[in-house]
Amino acid sequence: MAGAATAAFSDRASGRLRHGRRRNGRPPGGGIHGREAAAGWLFTAPAVLMIVVFLIVPIIMALWVSASDWSGLGNPFSGGAHYVGTKNYAALLTQPGLPRQQLAQSLTNNLYYVVLVVPLQTILALCLAVVLNRRRLAGRGFFRTAYYFPSVTSTVAISVVFLFLFNGSGVINTLLSDLGADGPTWFADPNGLIHLLLGVFGVHNPPAALANHGLLGQSWWDWFSGPSVAMTVLIILSIWTTSGTFMLIFLAALQNIPAEIEEAAIVDGTNGWQRLRRVTLPMLRPTLFLVLTLGLIGSWQVFDQVYIMSQGNPAGTTLTPAYLSYSTSFGNQQWGQGAAVSFLLFAIIVVLTVLQRFLLRERDGGK
Amino acid sequence: MKTRLGLAKAATIGAAVLMMTAACSSGGGFGGSGGSSPTGSGGGTGPLTVLIGSSGPAETNAVTSAAKAFTQQTGVKVTVIAAQNLTQQLAQGFAANKAPDVFYLDPVSFQNYAKRGALYAYADQVPNPDDFYPALKATFTYNNAFTCVPKDWSTLGLAINTADWSAAGLTSADIPTTWAQLQTVAKKLTTAGRTGLVLAPDHTGVDDFMYQNGGTLLSDDTKTASVDSPQNVQALSYVKGLLTSGAAKFPAALSAGWNGEAFGANKAAMTIVGNWLVGTMTSDYPNVKYQVVPLPAGPSGTKATLSFTNCWGIPSSDSKRDEAVKLVEFLSSPEQQLTFAKEFGVMPSRASDAAAWTKEFPTQAAFLQGSSYAHPDLAIAGGTQTIADYDSQVAQLANTDPSTLLKKVQQNFESVISQNG
Repeated sequence: MAGAATAAFSDRASGRLRHGRRRNGRPPGGGIHGREAAAGWLFTAPAVLMIVVFLIVPIIMALWVSASDWSGLGNPFSGGAHYVGTKNYAALLTQPGLPRQQLAQSLTNNLYYVVLVVPLQTILALCLAVVLNRRRLAGRGFFRTAYYFPSVTSTVAISVVFLFLFNGSGVINTLLSDLGADGPTWFADPNGLIHLLLGVFGVHNPPAALANHGLLGQSWWDWFSGPSVAMTVLIILSIWTTSGTFMLIFLAALQNIPAEIEEAAIVDGTNGWQRLRRVTLPMLRPTLFLVLTLGLIGSWQVFDQVYIMSQGNPAGTTLTPAYLSYSTSFGNQQWGQGAAVSFLLFAIIVVLTVLQRFLLRERDGGK
Repeated sequence: MKTRLGLAKAATIGAAVLMMTAACSSGGGFGGSGGSSPTGSGGGTGPLTVLIGSSGPAETNAVTSAAKAFTQQTGVKVTVIAAQNLTQQLAQGFAANKAPDVFYLDPVSFQNYAKRGALYAYADQVPNPDDFYPALKATFTYNNAFTCVPKDWSTLGLAINTADWSAAGLTSADIPTTWAQLQTVAKKLTTAGRTGLVLAPDHTGVDDFMYQNGGTLLSDDTKTASVDSPQNVQALSYVKGLLTSGAAKFPAALSAGWNGEAFGANKAAMTIVGNWLVGTMTSDYPNVKYQVVPLPAGPSGTKATLSFTNCWGIPSSDSKRDEAVKLVEFLSSPEQQLTFAKEFGVMPSRASDAAAWTKEFPTQAAFLQGSSYAHPDLAIAGGTQTIADYDSQVAQLANTDPSTLLKKVQQNFESVISQNG
């Protein structure tokens, strides 16, 4: 099954890691091993070539486009494009107008998406993995497959199913009305959850401090809108589809923890929660870092659900930087600005990943 | 997401490695098969590639068989490709210097490509160019050059569910010709489970009212915008009044994907819609009886509707562009357009087809009646996102102040205009 294969793969991967660490400790080879370098380059040449052609060159090309006025006709290196400096970035960051407004809105939307998706999917994946890791659970294989199923199904198919489920007269709203509740028209509702919540307490209009000040031309009131109802559907979908994948990663890591350690903890008189909190979780830290990092990067790049389900609607509340980059480039034919959006996104992801690494590292050092 | 992207990348690289290996081991075979195909075909140098954004199999088949007829007549081979995503595939083609020889082009993309000089201005070369409707010629004229030939077109009309109409006690004398009458009948047709009028939740649902009120949006040369004029604010307030009174609704409020669906499912008794409604009604709601009438006029009696169209684009850098023009000439001839109209329900772009078309489709005559007062749908270079933003603002019209909404849209169009220079 897919699950077993991935677990085995993960075992090998972690084995390689340990091996690698040991090798790093050795002094670098030289002298009579000198010719090994040439052979090494020769053997890695195909891979290096692939990386240069499919990774390095496109990135340099995109960087050049983001600083040029390339019109989308012909090769951007062939003279049709001119250097315009930081003009494309300025349109997005400093000049008032639609580009800046859309970037700010897409960042708000995606921020709420990340803040909800990453922790929830990680917790869900971890819980599922811990439950499935019990040795006495009946039908373990079945559950493992069932939870992993959304991850192997195409996003397109799942998105279309969700479109039907959350249709105004769809299954969800029918169920809600059976329970006496009046469901929203999910994909047409741009109201932010935090705004809705404040509305319950009678706050409908922003205090002047929030309405008149802001960042990137967007008022703080709009920054604090919370995810829109439509975005919430995308969030639910993402948590549901990706937690299966991360569950497998956690499961593989859990199975790597020797049973003796747990037995020793039992002998020490710990209860189940203490074992999870004090024994299992610390041993899962590298895996937790992996899952959080993959989750963070993946959620900042969310594109396919938006492309299929909402195209940024309603009222731009499901717009994400990745989709904005696409629509600026292909729809609006402003390739420079589209590339600039993707480099800003790249910068955000790098900064946040470094920050996260720093946070998880620090605690390691403290022990 | 990221994990899957990683797998896809690995798979691509793997496939590329395999392909390279294959290419190395059997290079001779590739060369041999490649040499034979482009030669021959007598008269023409072809083959021509045609990229279309098809509405469905009927359209794809119709264009393909028209292309076959052209090949039989001239000997020039033609390949018709139905695009999955026309805008994207076209952009990729232009970026790779491999744009298709002939392609469908929407008015906004037309502005984008024409501004870059990427389009061949050939439209005056086809026979009788003045035969094309004025609104369509205006749409595809850039810097005073009639650039590409309008393929076919649609206008907006008012579709009425006849069963609902007579059940509400209305007769043919009640068909609305003014805004006030439209409001009255919409109210009368509104029942518990059904709204009177459903409107498209984007700029096409409100722009027609602005023109009927004597307003405009962009000047013909797209150098000035007058989106927030008092006439437009008044028109938008009228639509907002319809929406807040419940006599009119947007499709989402009726749990429908678009206004035609809401109309077909009888969640609304009337809709303002283009002739694309006809295909949906025939295939999805064959038992619903309806009629189409011209749109009501504004308070000052101004009649207006919107026109929607695509043209046959030809790239300026195309080495086969003379043959491409011949192909477009063939595809846009009055006879061929009438065939297309019969096969997939479009309105011919040539006025000389009007009589024959009206005879063939008498129930759709109201759409063609709008030809004399049709205004081209919004289009400006680099304006895709501005128009999309306008659309999403309109979708929230019921909770927005019309004047604020239009001011914001006006600002956005002004910045696009200043960017275009």
